[in-house]
Amino acid sequence: MAYTIRRPKLSLGDKIYLPAILGGMMVTLRHFLKALFGKGSVTMQYPEQKWDTDLPAHYRGAPALVIDEQGRERCVACQLCEFICPPRAIRITPGEIPATDRFAKVEKFPEAFDIDMIRCIYCGLCEEVCPEQAIYLRKDYSIVGTSRAEMVHNKARLYEIGGVQTGLVIKWNERK
Amino acid sequence: MIDWFYVLTSLAKTIGIVFMVVMPMVAYTVYAERKVCALIQDRIGPNRVGAPLTLFGMKKDLPLLGLGQPVADAVKLFLKEDFTPAHVNKFYYWLAPALAMIPSLMVMAVIPYGSTLFGEKMVIADVNVGVLFVFAIASLSVYGITLAGWSSNSKYPFLGGIRSSSQMISYELALGLSVIPVFLVFGKLNLSDIVRQQAEHGWTLAPFWAGEEPLQKLLLAIPMWISFVVFTISMFAETNRTPFDLPEAEHELVGGYHTEYSSMKFALFFLGEYAAMIAGSSVIVTLFLGGWHLPGIPDGSAGWVWGLVNIGVFFAKVACLLFVYIWVRWTLPRFRYDQLMRLGWVWLFEIALVNIFLTAGILAFFARS
Repeated sequence: MAYTIRRPKLSLGDKIYLPAILGGMMVTLRHFLKALFGKGSVTMQYPEQKWDTDLPAHYRGAPALVIDEQGRERCVACQLCEFICPPRAIRITPGEIPATDRFAKVEKFPEAFDIDMIRCIYCGLCEEVCPEQAIYLRKDYSIVGTSRAEMVHNKARLYEIGGVQTGLVIKWNERK
Repeated sequence: MIDWFYVLTSLAKTIGIVFMVVMPMVAYTVYAERKVCALIQDRIGPNRVGAPLTLFGMKKDLPLLGLGQPVADAVKLFLKEDFTPAHVNKFYYWLAPALAMIPSLMVMAVIPYGSTLFGEKMVIADVNVGVLFVFAIASLSVYGITLAGWSSNSKYPFLGGIRSSSQMISYELALGLSVIPVFLVFGKLNLSDIVRQQAEHGWTLAPFWAGEEPLQKLLLAIPMWISFVVFTISMFAETNRTPFDLPEAEHELVGGYHTEYSSMKFALFFLGEYAAMIAGSSVIVTLFLGGWHLPGIPDGSAGWVWGLVNIGVFFAKVACLLFVYIWVRWTLPRFRYDQLMRLGWVWLFEIALVNIFLTAGILAFFARS
């Protein structure tokens, strides 16, 4: 059934239209003056000002490997992160820890660990899946390079970004 | 026998005003547009490009509030590929950008932008038909847009061109009729005489400080204000500015009439719009806001310094009006098509007509008594 929509009843001021225009212009003028005298704009001047000091705790930046407080690498080259990585940015070459080593029970370590930062989507699944808490998403977001090769973070670079992570480490635990 | 003094002074005035003042002003109006727009939207706007001191071995660049931005923009536009699509009508396609820019600059020829400098009248062509010349030339700029739309041979430019021509018909009547009351009051068309008269007897919009015949002046100020409002609104339409930027209408028509243009041809349309704004503001300042006159400041006969001050006053007034143009653009939404026609034909046209009778009535009443 056809029905009619009731048009709003306009007052004379609405019909003349000019008062509304002037009202709107006052609004923009207020914003203009507020921005001009240094209070209105919330823009951050990026290269000079950065958020680095107060990035939120849950911020997901570049993924990186960590060592524990005794300088041992936590990664056991289980390759779970390599398999879960949605864009397949991670490449791990596992190596074997010789039987004579003090930590021979760990069995494996990553000989090479590459993360292609062109592919990485910063989803954090690698951090989530890691059974050893060896890979973390750090706060670094400005990853730059002049070639594709430069954008691949190798093991040394990943440890450099990651640094030391203290706390619970399961794989060194004898009672596991 | 050629009057060489006349030729040389005209040449100096043309180069001095059109190339040294108006052209940079066009570039910096674009900068002002971006800056004011940013401030209105609580942003910062261009603030990086300044003096590139690092190129000369210094430690830091001087940002200078981004005042180098127009230069960078111009360089960018020059370096872009000037592409001519295969399906266009080449002759008109090349003619249109020139037609968009030139009329606005030609209008500046009859605008008295200052009183006198070293006894020389500060107007390039002191013609008696003054404002008729302005209307004749300024309405040519619509051909630039229409031809661009037509010759591009593509649907969006075509719609833009069609819109432009029908928009022109809607507002140009009101534009012409709204200034007739001004000429009824002044009794002449020569723009520099009109400004001279305003300097002596008070501005058209504020005739209060010159003493004689206060009642007549007070009454005449009413139709003058109506004229001013109608003329200014029509001028927004004439220069294709929001809320009447239907030919361009970037949200509906991609870029409107200049969709197919690139590089400097596009820049000519872009800068032509700002040149038209400056020309339009100059006409408004000349007719209604006292031109180069500011109370308390003597004219050029008191010394060349004052002549320069008068020129400065004129362009300061123009700059204020340009700010209003920009301010309105970033405030108001675009009119719908039928709303524009309705406004032009039903409101502005009638108001301008009634206004003529009102002015004529007041003048006749005081002429009789």
